[in-house]
Amino acid sequence: MDILQIAGLGLAATFLVLVLKENNPVFALLVTLVSGVVIFLMLVDQIRLVLDMLRKMAESAHVNGVYVATILKIIGIAYISEFGAQMARDAGQGSLAGKIELAGKIAILVMAIPILTAIVETVMHLLPEVGGV
Amino acid sequence: MSLDVNTIFQIAGIGIIVAMIQTVLKQMGKDDWAQWVTLIGFVVILYMAATMIDNLFERIKNVFLFM
Repeated sequence: MDILQIAGLGLAATFLVLVLKENNPVFALLVTLVSGVVIFLMLVDQIRLVLDMLRKMAESAHVNGVYVATILKIIGIAYISEFGAQMARDAGQGSLAGKIELAGKIAILVMAIPILTAIVETVMHLLPEVGGV
Repeated sequence: MSLDVNTIFQIAGIGIIVAMIQTVLKQMGKDDWAQWVTLIGFVVILYMAATMIDNLFERIKNVFLFM
């Protein structure tokens, strides 16, 4: 990844989209889509480094591996749904983008169910007696 | 990685060429042919874009979802 490369690529893609938009907007949209994919592919290796560091830190802190995996999955779902929603919004389908975002939120919520359950159970253990003294 | 970048310019080039062909065919009065050219160009590019998106999603799956 080189930030100059990415910025230049973005600018070039922007001008190409401007040229294409007059004649056939479908191609312009596809150029936008593919340039987004390319930029993300450039970033993925860097993201992998960051996540490896995060994973190692969690390991040395003796955090339960299941929680770290869940958090990483949640971040992945957030990236994918955000990508899809932005593409749909670029195509002028705002409502479809909203639906994709809703699906991402619900997927994240489902992923978080074990963590939420663990939190509730911990709190219940901390309480002396439910309905007691 | 440069292969991926080339895809953008390929798509833009195909788009511009298709627009040119479309204009010429319309000038010749063959509107239905112009329609077909656009459709085929669109399908070709959609295939390229779909391949790349598949690649991207696989990478994201590898990085995030499966440790």
